Amino acid sequence: MKDVGVVSYGAYVPHFRIVPEEIGKVWGVDGKAMGKGLMISSKSVPAPDEDTITIAVEAARNMMRRCAVDPKDIGALYVGSESHPYAVKPSGTIVAEAIEAAPDLTVADFEFACKAGTAAIQACMGLVGGGLVKYAVAIGADTSQGAPGDALEYSASAGGAAFLIGAQDVIATMDNTYSYTTDTPDFWRREGQRYPRHGGRFTGEPAYFRHVMSGGKGLLERTGMSPEDYTYAVFHQPNGKFPTRVAKQLGFSPEQTKAGLLVPQIGNTYSGAVPLGLAAVLDEAEPGDRIFAVAYGSGAGSDAFDITVTDEMATFRRDASPTMNELMASPKYIDYATYAKFKGKIAKERD
Amino acid sequence: MATAPRYWRENPSRYNMVGFKCNNCGKYYFPPRIICPLCHRKSVGKTEPVKLKGTGAIFSFTEVHEGMDEHYVQKPYIVAMVELEEGAKVTGQVIDCDACDLSIGTKVRATLRKLSEEGSAGVIHYGYKFVPVRENGERPGDE
Repeated sequence: MKDVGVVSYGAYVPHFRIVPEEIGKVWGVDGKAMGKGLMISSKSVPAPDEDTITIAVEAARNMMRRCAVDPKDIGALYVGSESHPYAVKPSGTIVAEAIEAAPDLTVADFEFACKAGTAAIQACMGLVGGGLVKYAVAIGADTSQGAPGDALEYSASAGGAAFLIGAQDVIATMDNTYSYTTDTPDFWRREGQRYPRHGGRFTGEPAYFRHVMSGGKGLLERTGMSPEDYTYAVFHQPNGKFPTRVAKQLGFSPEQTKAGLLVPQIGNTYSGAVPLGLAAVLDEAEPGDRIFAVAYGSGAGSDAFDITVTDEMATFRRDASPTMNELMASPKYIDYATYAKFKGKIAKERD
Repeated sequence: MATAPRYWRENPSRYNMVGFKCNNCGKYYFPPRIICPLCHRKSVGKTEPVKLKGTGAIFSFTEVHEGMDEHYVQKPYIVAMVELEEGAKVTGQVIDCDACDLSIGTKVRATLRKLSEEGSAGVIHYGYKFVPVRENGERPGDE
């Protein structure tokens, strides 16, 4: 098994935002208090011409701009999302064509609620590590759905990040990964249904906390590492409260989680959440830094990663694509009516 | 139905701005053509498909208030003629900005967005649109 790691990465977040007060105003809820409770001050909103595919393409192109890899050397491309635009017809084929990696590669779409992107990273690690492909691309991207008036509407947002996994010239080695998976029905969307359903408080202790804690502890036990050995830690962030609490329970400090905690500014990007958090960390990480990351997907499972930034980072062309800070800067804020129109929540005669 | 094959044939141009270069006069064109409109038959056998960088500047633009049916959710929307770095002029939508943020000469780059959908059950067509380029981390309209 070869040593594998991240050769390049790219991120993308839509330009538009809505604040919780604007949502609460419509549904008779104290939006400000809701936002404070969730630790979300705004969430990203995709434009009407954006979907998981366009977000995945933009992230993948930002990834390719930062490296000199020939796209024809990419042997696998996986897009993880719970909002693939087609029920049948892969998102990945369009992404592969758009970065000129087609046709000599394998492509598939992944789904595991919010951790489909990290499941794709693990599959890429296996293919590259086993020597089956030279490079593999894993993307986590979503335009997540929250039913009008539901608590999810305050957090469900859009964004995504792409990672080029390889064995040479890696800016960060993927040293270990561990997953923890059970059958836990905390959140789901049935085929053909427009909006997901969730188990309310059941999404907390038996779902998010059990799986993220077990995934995190399982990785620490297997690697013999301690929380203080890491410079950064990234956790799945459905809101600001959950990752803050789980980090504390596992023994990580706010300083370690600060760089990768994006949910207060952009909301819950679902499959994009940990990939975007990792992208934000890689935007500022220095050679030798250690990164701990745990993604969570409802249904339920967690993927934990132990990552080390290499000397290659010193010469990596970060500035060839926008950083997370640049992507999040100067958004355009919209009102609820515009948001409802953008998200297709208004029934129209032409639909 | 079945405009899918027609769009599919144009995917290299729509996704990746594959244009055309006349090696007789050296000019670039978009979308691809069979022969050069300047060199005519002198260009036969001397043309090649070329991927254009997708970056350029606004040559002219307008804000559309009564536009195409598929764009009515985005009204008013901006359509610009963009002069690409290679010299070819391309017409396309400019997104994620307001008309007042733009001027002739504003730098833009191509991005991939949904162009249209054949209803809620039909195929989705993707292709290039333009976004203003960030300069020093900022883009037109930033305060």
